[in-house]
Amino acid sequence: HTHIYTVEQVKLLDRFSNKSVTGTLHLTATHLIFVESNSTSAQEIWILHHHIASVEKLSLTTSGCPLLIQCRNFRLVHFVIPRERDCHDIYSSLLRLLRPVSYDELYAFSYNPKQNDQEREEGWQLIDLAAEFERMGVPCDQWQLTDVNREYKVCKTYPRDLYVPITASKPIIVGSSKFRSKGRFPVLTYFYQEKKAAVCRCSQPLSGFSARCLEDEHMLQAISKANHNSRYIYVMDTRPKLNALANRAAGKGYENEDNYSNIRFQFVGIENIHVMRGSLQKLLEVVGTRSLSMTDYLVGLENSGWLRHIKAIMDAAIFLAKAVTVEGASVLVHCSDGWDRTAQVCALGSLLMDPYYRTIKGFMVLIEKDWISFGHKFADRCDQLDPDPKEVSPIFTQFLECVWQLTEQFPQAFEFSEWFLIQIHEHVHSCQFGNFLGNSQRQREDLQLKERTYSLWAHLLSEKQNYLNPLFSPSVAESHPVLEPSTQAYHFKFWRNMYNQYDRSMHPRQSILKHVLTLQESKRELEGTVQALKTKLQKFGVSTSPLKPQTPPRERSLPPRPQSLILGAPLLSRKEVQQEEDKEVFGEEAREDAPASTGGERTVEGSSATENGYGELMGSFGSKNEPGVVTLEFGVARMTC
Amino acid sequence: MEFAELIKTPRVDGVVLHRPFMPTVEGTLCLTGHHLILSSRQDNTEELWLLHANIDSTEKRFVGSLGTIIVKCKDLRVIQLDIPGMEECLNIASSIEALSTLDSVSLMYPFFYRPLFEVIEDGWQSFAPEESFRDLESMTDEWRLSEVNKDFSVCPSYPSLLTVPKDIDDESLCKAASFRHGGRFPVLSYYHKKNGMVMMRAAQPLTGTNGRRCKEDEKLINATLCAGKRGYIIDTRTIAVAQQAKARGGGFEQEANYPQWRRIHKAIERSNVLQDSLIKLVEACNDQSHSMDRWLSKLEASNWQSNVKEILTTACLAAQCIDREGASVLVHGTEGTDSTLQVTSLAQIILDPACRTIRGFEALIEREWLQAGHPFHQRCAQSAYSNGKPRSEAPVFLLFLDCVWQILRQFPCSFQFNENLLIMLFEHAYTSQFGTFLGNCVAERGKLQLSQKTVSLWSWVNRPQELERFLNPLYEPNNLVIWPSVAPQSLLLWEGVFLRWNRSTKCLDEAYQEMVHIIEYNKELQNKVNSLRRQLAQLETEDKMVADLK
Repeated sequence: HTHIYTVEQVKLLDRFSNKSVTGTLHLTATHLIFVESNSTSAQEIWILHHHIASVEKLSLTTSGCPLLIQCRNFRLVHFVIPRERDCHDIYSSLLRLLRPVSYDELYAFSYNPKQNDQEREEGWQLIDLAAEFERMGVPCDQWQLTDVNREYKVCKTYPRDLYVPITASKPIIVGSSKFRSKGRFPVLTYFYQEKKAAVCRCSQPLSGFSARCLEDEHMLQAISKANHNSRYIYVMDTRPKLNALANRAAGKGYENEDNYSNIRFQFVGIENIHVMRGSLQKLLEVVGTRSLSMTDYLVGLENSGWLRHIKAIMDAAIFLAKAVTVEGASVLVHCSDGWDRTAQVCALGSLLMDPYYRTIKGFMVLIEKDWISFGHKFADRCDQLDPDPKEVSPIFTQFLECVWQLTEQFPQAFEFSEWFLIQIHEHVHSCQFGNFLGNSQRQREDLQLKERTYSLWAHLLSEKQNYLNPLFSPSVAESHPVLEPSTQAYHFKFWRNMYNQYDRSMHPRQSILKHVLTLQESKRELEGTVQALKTKLQKFGVSTSPLKPQTPPRERSLPPRPQSLILGAPLLSRKEVQQEEDKEVFGEEAREDAPASTGGERTVEGSSATENGYGELMGSFGSKNEPGVVTLEFGVARMTC
Repeated sequence: MEFAELIKTPRVDGVVLHRPFMPTVEGTLCLTGHHLILSSRQDNTEELWLLHANIDSTEKRFVGSLGTIIVKCKDLRVIQLDIPGMEECLNIASSIEALSTLDSVSLMYPFFYRPLFEVIEDGWQSFAPEESFRDLESMTDEWRLSEVNKDFSVCPSYPSLLTVPKDIDDESLCKAASFRHGGRFPVLSYYHKKNGMVMMRAAQPLTGTNGRRCKEDEKLINATLCAGKRGYIIDTRTIAVAQQAKARGGGFEQEANYPQWRRIHKAIERSNVLQDSLIKLVEACNDQSHSMDRWLSKLEASNWQSNVKEILTTACLAAQCIDREGASVLVHGTEGTDSTLQVTSLAQIILDPACRTIRGFEALIEREWLQAGHPFHQRCAQSAYSNGKPRSEAPVFLLFLDCVWQILRQFPCSFQFNENLLIMLFEHAYTSQFGTFLGNCVAERGKLQLSQKTVSLWSWVNRPQELERFLNPLYEPNNLVIWPSVAPQSLLLWEGVFLRWNRSTKCLDEAYQEMVHIIEYNKELQNKVNSLRRQLAQLETEDKMVADLK
């Protein structure tokens, strides 16, 4: 990659303390890189241009010109550049680099993980949605694949392959699509085989104050008839009622129960993208505050409304899952366009019902299905290109957070740990892989992403061991396939490891997750050693008892266990982990995390687990080079003796 | 027997017990002198045995002739008893009321409790002050054990033996004591082996409005500093509160009189404020109807988490002064029996790995809380459901345990014990069959003859059968100072106590068991590898010997 600038003697200030390190800042075509100098640990920070949300040049200070960079992955870096000239150059180059004008400029099109074409193709074939519908039991006697959207003629933002009730003829489909915002007519997204109940999705009807559409009414009836278990279907409008009412004035709106036979209509009240954007902004402001008091934290958390929104999404998903699994009723979910709230609720609801979506592979399938293929506008929501600030919104982030909240309540139900969620979030914004580029399948095909870029899923699967939840129990999933989370307010927590993920000083200094993952690794090794030793012993003619199979957990009642078990960082290789742990230790004694591959070849990945520095750890207390000073972490005035 | 007079109806049949997340139990309710017992008289169903002393408050309701008593316990549990018959219900309610508010300490259950286990190690003898002084002696000879408070006349709330600077004689101690609130003159709390710095604790100096001073007090404090060194006085109160204390004869050290010391004021709340905080927090946690906004605003309004943060921050500051700045520290608030002890004990957990073992933690509680004269009897008389006028109740010790839990959460591998030990201590501080937390100070415990008449909590906890429950499977001893984060994002609500009765923990318990299982299996494998290696090595040597012989 091309070097554009190198500036020496740049200071990197810590966001929450008075600490700073000095190093060299490099600007390349794809990354902004800071390399710490004069230190044995020499930490490196690699920031992908796509991750940068904003760059701000602050007013000149005595030590230089401050440059504040905010990233979409919630990193915030504060550089001080000695000469204003350099600062300005970096600043203006960044501004240019941050505004790619065409998709070709995105990192994914230049990123090369050294795979051949075949490997790349295999990567893209990992997720097969046709196979996924087959897994659910579709097509079947009531549901079929329709080719009506083969050429994206009926709905530009839907995928080519769509599943509809057998009885929904083409005229019905086309008619219904004309009565739905953006042509997004009701289609199947999840089929609950046990009760033959379907989860369908669409956009709002163009009902205005009184308009109706017979085809659309037929469509809903067809969905209802496809399920013999229930005489009615639920129609969930995921918007607050007020919003839906307002839409009527624009010729849109919601279903009139009188016109549709046997529907049960329900508003669930999830706010729109603008509210969510504002909410996250407030949240980030609060948790980015220096010397934040507990009162300001809790008041800020409340005022941001963030957790209220998360709970609203969760409540909606639980409603959906209950309707399907308990009542055996089919549910049709929509919001306005059916690609934000609808995606959240359908995906989360399916995840509650189906343990498969709680595995690593299944979770990829779920995202591919409900988010990517059904046209969640990743390019707009994540600000990939041609930014329209009014389109940006953390809808997908909220979905990931809801999943995290569930992992906290059900520590054994998920094959993956929170680091998987965080890594996905990282790449939704990195534009390093093709998966999340563009706004719809059609656009992705036009961009020839499968030929020109790589798939994130292959990359994540290749480092699967980093993302495993060691406590995952498939048998728990078998005995309790449907998750029934509590939605008491106190169960919703602030996701520190996401929104303060780069503020290492806030994180637990020892990680249970990491510890148990290491044990799992060493278990495999030890079992190997036992076998090897036994073979050797046999040569001496000693017979040994067979290795005891892993015994089931002993029955005993352990009253309250230590809180949340899901804490920690992904494993690198065992050796690295060992090194890291030696360093990691507690606070002050620890050095900063060295990049995993300083010696050898360095891959230019904006965001692999190692570079994210999940394992990196900063001494949070006063630095050693300031003797005789009570440092400020505890809010004491600086006093020199 | 006076209990019999208080029990108007000793038993009622057909009583139904409701508890959250547990099946209802129908059975016979019996009242004894110390227990409320509900038994279904069927096999396999657990019986409820509730100490009357555990009952914080009761409410009764009637629907027709069916009475309902809501029993709110000091361990924060709330249970409901449906009692058929109005008269029975009224009788039971008034009996419970009377039995749970007995004033006389000597009528408390610990005086009647006879252990069903053999006491192998008498907990009353487990943590003698002489022993910890012997440890100190092996590190430094700057300190001596003074008997000046032998008869508790110098300071009624101190123990009889106190560690003081070697060069300060008993007479000076008496004079310094007269200058400190409640006679609590500065004594040694902790010696930091790494650099020889110390932490002392005391009560506020009685400077009053006209700035009284006391040469002996100054000399005593200065005697703990090495030549040319300075120290920090950490006053747990804000400067405003400390100023106000002057009007009541208290005050703080004037820098002019203590030139080698720098004073730092922190803002740990007084005990009556803390009690209010607890009541509000528990109310918020128990209301299941809260929307997200209401929950967060109630949590904030309770101020509990703020209190946790402030206490932990002050403790970190003390530890920082000692370990990082290489300075000695004197900690005090007003009386030196509450916030002072929170700070000195937490600082030791941060600094001293020994305090993170079970034994060391018990010793810490014995030293810094029981011997140091935290008035447990007063502070733990009532808990979060007390609706009467508060006297001196305050969750000072509970806040300390909460802070320990926060550190444990951040360093889950650095403690030999787990959360269960902390929860158990919380329960026993408020109600117990053991005598350990009775009384307010050493002198009172002596008068009550607790060590002869009651069993020590430590006698029970330290039995191997019991200890197992409190062991942290993740423990890997480390000798480092552990610095917790005190950012609000890092401090969590202690669900194990405050949401304990309001949530189902099945999933979390199973996950914990799975983790224990992984750890145990790993240990097993390691042992297997070791034994096979030994076996192999032995065979190889034998083989070689045979070969050599040939």
